[in-house]
Amino acid sequence: MIISFVLDGEEQTLDVDGGLRAVDVLREYCGVTAPKEGCGTGECGACAVLVDGETRLSCLMLAAQMNGCIVTTAQGLGTDGPHPVQEALADLGGVQCGYCTPGIAVTAAEFLERNPDPTRKEIRDALSGNLCRCTGYHKIVDAVEDAAKRLQKEHGRGE
Amino acid sequence: MLSTQTIGSRSRRFDAPEKALGRERFASDEYPESMLWAGALRAGVPHGLLRGVDTTQARAIPGVVAVLTAEDVPGENRQGFIHWDMPVLCGTKVRHAGDAVALVVAETRQILAEALLAIVLDIEPLPVVDGLDAALAPDAPLVHDLETGNVLKQASLRKGNAQAALARCPVVIEETFFTPQQAHCFLETENGTAYMAEDGTLHMTVSTQAPFRDRFEIGRALGLPPDRLHITAPFLGGGFGGKDGSTVQCLLALAAMHAGGRPVKMWWSREESMLAGYKRHAARMHFRLGAEADGTLTALICDLDYDSGAYAHLGVEIMALGLEHSSGPYRVEYLEANGRCIYTNNPVAGAFRGFGVAQVCFAFEGMMDRLAVRLGMDPLELRLKNAIRQGDKNGVGVVMTGSTGMAECLVGLQDHQFWRSRDEWVQSAPPLTRRGVGISAVYNGMGYGRGLADAAVAKIRLTGDGRFRVYNSVSDMGQGNSPTFVQIVCEVLNQNESQMELVQPDTERSHPSGSSSAGRTTYTYGKALIQACEAMRDKLLHRAAMVLMADEASALSLVPGAVRHTSSGRELPLAVLAGMLHPEDRVCIGEAMMPVTHDMPDGGESFRLGFPHLIFPYAAHLARVEVDELTGLVTVCDYVAFTDGGRVLNPQNFEQQVQGAVAQGLGYALWEDCVAENGQLRTTDFSTYVIPGSGDLPDIESHAVETEEESGPFGMKGIGEVGMNGPLPAVASALLRMGLPMIRAPFTPERVLKVLCGGNS
Repeated sequence: MIISFVLDGEEQTLDVDGGLRAVDVLREYCGVTAPKEGCGTGECGACAVLVDGETRLSCLMLAAQMNGCIVTTAQGLGTDGPHPVQEALADLGGVQCGYCTPGIAVTAAEFLERNPDPTRKEIRDALSGNLCRCTGYHKIVDAVEDAAKRLQKEHGRGE
Repeated sequence: MLSTQTIGSRSRRFDAPEKALGRERFASDEYPESMLWAGALRAGVPHGLLRGVDTTQARAIPGVVAVLTAEDVPGENRQGFIHWDMPVLCGTKVRHAGDAVALVVAETRQILAEALLAIVLDIEPLPVVDGLDAALAPDAPLVHDLETGNVLKQASLRKGNAQAALARCPVVIEETFFTPQQAHCFLETENGTAYMAEDGTLHMTVSTQAPFRDRFEIGRALGLPPDRLHITAPFLGGGFGGKDGSTVQCLLALAAMHAGGRPVKMWWSREESMLAGYKRHAARMHFRLGAEADGTLTALICDLDYDSGAYAHLGVEIMALGLEHSSGPYRVEYLEANGRCIYTNNPVAGAFRGFGVAQVCFAFEGMMDRLAVRLGMDPLELRLKNAIRQGDKNGVGVVMTGSTGMAECLVGLQDHQFWRSRDEWVQSAPPLTRRGVGISAVYNGMGYGRGLADAAVAKIRLTGDGRFRVYNSVSDMGQGNSPTFVQIVCEVLNQNESQMELVQPDTERSHPSGSSSAGRTTYTYGKALIQACEAMRDKLLHRAAMVLMADEASALSLVPGAVRHTSSGRELPLAVLAGMLHPEDRVCIGEAMMPVTHDMPDGGESFRLGFPHLIFPYAAHLARVEVDELTGLVTVCDYVAFTDGGRVLNPQNFEQQVQGAVAQGLGYALWEDCVAENGQLRTTDFSTYVIPGSGDLPDIESHAVETEEESGPFGMKGIGEVGMNGPLPAVASALLRMGLPMIRAPFTPERVLKVLCGGNS
């Protein structure tokens, strides 16, 4: 089937089997490898992307379900450059092997939209679907906390 | 704060921005044009005779390029790099359910899956050796046809007459401890791509901890000359030891040899990774410890049994480290440590952070806690009293000539408010809740140890545009060795990070520098890199002297992007200087080798590879733990780690390693257990094998105890592994102090409830 969607700001029209997994279509057919596969069963969160602004696991989504949607991966996150959560993850040590990071970045970015001033507990709850085997999460939570402050500052300037 | 890259400063990792943006390309991100997919058919039977593999139907499926069996494997068809006992494809016997029996190469993943299902196996099942007891039974079926039964290796270490010394001790305690098989669960599962070029060179990009050694393992297994194997190792999506040794490599290379020059990709699913990937050895450890009435340790006798699973892999070396570390970071005059590494039909065990040591830390720290209870002593005082110090002999008789910060770590803990306020915290437990504060003191030999030259060759290039390119040759699986290498170059050459380029291991571009393992990467390659940078600095100053008309190079200095004549302030940009130099002259190489001990203990003659060690990082950990008396649920509320890894080169990186290791260690303590029933793995994915998520762990406080390791680069040692060893004994220590003597990890609610009800764990 022919599917059209906006991927990281660019129009995509593909003729693919609609039953393929979204994660494979994004990575293999579109060449966007930010969504990673860690389990294929929706348990690790490494393949998380935003679909029309909501966090979705691309390993549990079919290609057909992207039709007509706006899909954002970690590569397209942020407006003029990296999203503050990506900057904070890099600056504060939330990145080690980096394989879980793109999924964490999109999950955290969407979470901060919904909850701009979260507690550490709320951050931990929000990231509970994203496994990380390297960091122990401490610095990831630090980074999301810091990103919230960066975003508040940005919004403060905009007003 | 984040722009400085000097040694000791908290600076952002060089690799972090690209990774955060999702742009970093891991091996699994490679999808070469016109590529094929390769996949292995696993036996599914834990023990059996392979009567036949019928590939007729699979071959007939359109889009199937090749279906290969053991008959198609050239070379020795044996994987391994010390003990070669694991076939690439099984020919006659199946030894665990994850054994590969056939390999398919196909146009698409769908066709691959279809073809794997179409292969018919004829396996005559044999009785299953499902654990240590089954393997050691007098009439046990043999996993390999060894004269020693299922014992792959038996060895002993001795210091003095421990039996006689123990008999003289006024206080003797005895216990047996059990640890589970643990899975690495790196998020990027085993994978790679490969193609055979027309000239017969096999090019491979693979998620590996040992690209240089892989050439020899693949070469031997498949009969290929190692110099025709070209391997690149981009950043790994985690490793922890599980990518040390061939995973996909031999199968992938074999597939590429039958792909007509087309690239082939192999990428194990999570389930395949759980089934066929390496695991931490399950262990049974029987300890007898003798002490004086004042708590002075005297004699230790222990028997360690490690379950190697179906193949040896690094089992003997892992057992050796267990024996070496069995008396803990303490002065123990008399030691007798007996070890056995045993074959079973369980998944293959191999290297994992804490390499044989994570297991024994649970046992010897458990003994320390029991001794403290017996003597009515403060458990921290008892540890401090016996802690090994510089100049002491360790348990196997090696004199600690390097930095030895065990006592300093314990003193750090002693002054911590969580330790000082432990009684108040315990007493303020809510109803139906028990609280305990536990501690542990641990260590971990770093480097390969004796018998295996621990060397590195570092290379740095001044590029044509005046930047510096670092050719890392020790894989970065996430631990951050390569960004630290950038930091080292910035420091020695006085450059900014913007002047740096970083190349990941490539067997054609970088030089052999060992594997990414044993906590040795930054130490060994870092030392070599300092040397390369100093040579580069000397070279650039000498070459620039001519242009800047200086009589001596000492009149010049390196400044960011240029060489400066110090007194006049005139500068020669590095880009200009680079243009004056021949490309071959813009390269500097340095090499380093880790020092070894000459103190050889008695015994252990049969495993002289990687034993004993000279340099050790140390750590003291504290856990504040709660137990729900109704459910048995254990919650770690707070965690503190004091670590002596020598001087800290980057506090951010240091904390990352400690926090990550503690998280993995808490997983080991509380949840992680590869359950195999009759040789069949029951924990096959992330819903049945539970690793900690963000909600399961507390914040982890990390403190550095910076003892100067004189032999190390800028005084550092290495902390890749030691943090893994502390959590299990620290949590066990807390539970013991609440009256819950746990001897079997992990401490699941079921096991804790049993002990709460007066049973045994």
